[in-house]
Amino acid sequence: MPDILDPYRPRASLLHRADPRVKVVVAVASIVVTAALPLGAWPSYVLLLAAILALAVSARLGVGFTLTRGLIAAPFALAALPLVFSTPGAPLGSLRLGPLALDATVPGLERFLSVLAKSYLSVQFAILLTATTRFTELLAAVRALRVPRLLVAVFGLMWRYMFLFVHEVNRLRIARDARSADIGPKSGGTLAWRARVTGGMVGNLFVRGYERSERVYQAMLARGYDGEVRTLPMGRLSASQYGILAGSMAILAFLAVLGILFG
Amino acid sequence: MSGNAVVSSVLALGRIAGGYGPSGGSQPMHIPDGFLSVPVSILFWVVSIVVIGYALRRVSRELDERKVPLLAVLAAVIFAGQMLNFTVTGGTSGHLLGATLAAALLGPWAAMVVMTAVVSIQALLFQDGGILVLGANLFNMAIVGVLVGYGAYQLLLRAFGNRRWALPVSGFVAAWLSIFVAALSCALQLAASGTSPANVSVPAMGGIHALIGIGEGLITAGALVFVLAARPDLVAPAAKATAGQKALWIGGVALAVVLAVLSPLASAYPDGLEWVAEQHGFLEAAREPLYNIIPDYVFPGIANEAVATIVAGVLGALVVAAAAYLVAQGVRRRATQQ
Amino acid sequence: MERAPLIEVNNLSFRYPDGQQALNGVSLRVYEGERVAIVGPNGAGKSTLILHLNGILASEDGRVRVAGLPVAGEHVKRVRALVGLVFQDPDDQLFSPTVFEDVAYGPLYMGLPEGEVRRRVSRALAAVGMEGYADRVPHRLSAGEKKRIALATVLAMEPSVLVLDEPTAGLDPRGRRMLIRLLGTMTQTMIVSTHDLLMVRDLFPRMVILDRGRVVADGPTADLLRDQALLEAHGLELP
Repeated sequence: MPDILDPYRPRASLLHRADPRVKVVVAVASIVVTAALPLGAWPSYVLLLAAILALAVSARLGVGFTLTRGLIAAPFALAALPLVFSTPGAPLGSLRLGPLALDATVPGLERFLSVLAKSYLSVQFAILLTATTRFTELLAAVRALRVPRLLVAVFGLMWRYMFLFVHEVNRLRIARDARSADIGPKSGGTLAWRARVTGGMVGNLFVRGYERSERVYQAMLARGYDGEVRTLPMGRLSASQYGILAGSMAILAFLAVLGILFG
Repeated sequence: MSGNAVVSSVLALGRIAGGYGPSGGSQPMHIPDGFLSVPVSILFWVVSIVVIGYALRRVSRELDERKVPLLAVLAAVIFAGQMLNFTVTGGTSGHLLGATLAAALLGPWAAMVVMTAVVSIQALLFQDGGILVLGANLFNMAIVGVLVGYGAYQLLLRAFGNRRWALPVSGFVAAWLSIFVAALSCALQLAASGTSPANVSVPAMGGIHALIGIGEGLITAGALVFVLAARPDLVAPAAKATAGQKALWIGGVALAVVLAVLSPLASAYPDGLEWVAEQHGFLEAAREPLYNIIPDYVFPGIANEAVATIVAGVLGALVVAAAAYLVAQGVRRRATQQ
Repeated sequence: MERAPLIEVNNLSFRYPDGQQALNGVSLRVYEGERVAIVGPNGAGKSTLILHLNGILASEDGRVRVAGLPVAGEHVKRVRALVGLVFQDPDDQLFSPTVFEDVAYGPLYMGLPEGEVRRRVSRALAAVGMEGYADRVPHRLSAGEKKRIALATVLAMEPSVLVLDEPTAGLDPRGRRMLIRLLGTMTQTMIVSTHDLLMVRDLFPRMVILDRGRVVADGPTADLLRDQALLEAHGLELP
């Protein structure tokens, strides 16, 4: 059963087998290109979406896999909503908020929808990456791409203990909610009580985390840890992997040019 | 009531009601990809890499072998702790960012590394925050959040002295401030990208996070009290800082002041930032040259954004006054001790 | 000519920073090939003693020696390769993102080349019956699986001595049986700290009773287990 904290979905597919370094570079490049496309470059957006769906299918994730998960950032859309009203141009309609009249414009709507489209596309690239790449491979890729080893080691160890503490939190939360079932929201001092209980839980986690880290440190020492971060190196990239990299970059470049010309 | 404020309030309420929360979806300060322009994203990547790189070096020096297990496990704790939310009022839930708590218990540099891990993993694995904009998110949460929280915490602790409530109150105020100022930073980034005019983003982000910050403050205070009772040795080290770190605390509060002052300015002159945004977004500027020149078309009838500006300005002034008072206290205290 | 002990503890005392006197003049000699069980009530100092065997807790002036080397200073790294310590909570011991990385950790930090590291991982996993688990993630393993992988992480370093802290704690009967059977196949010198007297009776011919930081008995398991009064006096009970 898939773990809610682990986005990886094991499948036998080309994308899953591709070198994680290549995948990370292509994913990041895709996001950068998407961000750099002009607003209103609809042909490019559509082609990018098509590419995403094609990749999702070839990775045996199903065509809708990234579409639903990509909606995670949807609430943030409201941050861009003012664009509808703040961009000059052909009027679209008026919104009345009490004494106020807000004039929506066509370019405004286009701008707003472009921001949403670009955001939606970017998220889906990230989802494809994490669904087809094991976390430990992502770490290795990121390390190969020159992120400081200390930081990557922290990421790795954090990930390992994340699951442990999240399960802890779930248990604590159930216990807390059970105790607070009979306290209505209206009783005085409840906010302070709730905050103190929650704060206490966080403090508790912190102390336990600290103590756990002491024991983990001892376990690391026992196996020879000396402060250095050591890992096995990744192999050289094969020719086919370079091919995938080059091909992807070419496609992205093409879409970028398309966007600039016809956006 | 100015239309600006109305729109800001509507958006703020909409965002809150739209199901924010670590278990439900992305959090309100984690900017997704697409909402910041490429130049702004790159700028903050550069800044974050420099600052976090420095933090890593400092941590390597100060914590030697223990750094990896300690920072990693505590990052896991903070990540898990962010899933603990509780209702502040009917529609809002308070939840934890943890920057101030980490800074209070670990010191600023270790806290920066911890928050970097948390924010990065959230972005990389859970799409809570984008990847191109990760530099900006790190700046807001791992750098501004930590520095402002740490600076305020240290200064307040010293100002309040040995009183029993010094710890929780300092924690509460510092945590609130760190969230609020980080949100202002976020708003300015959105404005500079041309995604959200400053006269809307600043009050909206500021407003939401003034509320959310209460939750952060309460949880931070509660956590500090618990840790003090259970493991007082963990609270003491950060509080007993050397004189040389004064610069750091003052820097943290100064950062808060700068952002608090900048924000109402940006709010009052949204076109200024828009103009900057347009200059960088040359692809768009070529298509919409009129945008720079026509002021105040945004919300008809809102020639004065007075209300929003005044509120933000008052807040900014309060922060400046508080900081000045505390610095004076700190200075006076040191003088009497000698 | 008398054999030199593989592990030698001489009149070891230890006080924790918070004032607790955990060990009070403990002396112990373990020879190569022996299997020794250290038993005693909670708080007797068993874990404290164990942590001295690989230098995690430090003792001054050569009170603890492994293969003749004092467990201090420059020798500590070598000692840690000789003494494989399996901790009580496998979640402390399995700290890497995958089983492979956990088992490879020891050999990697011993400075071994990649080929040898991989070989040792395979051998260690095979020795505990966990071949095919290399790509698994630790948080999805059962308690029994974790204990065995934890043992594998230590076996990969090819130590001369295996030291295990409460190996059967937290296991269901089947997991316990499997672990005991597994320990039975180990050829290294073995020291366990445990409450599980049935396991002691089956696997460990020599028993050391520790109570309040002192050694109160040290002899053949069969004899000591017959002494009801002794067992009871130190909070031990044969089920």
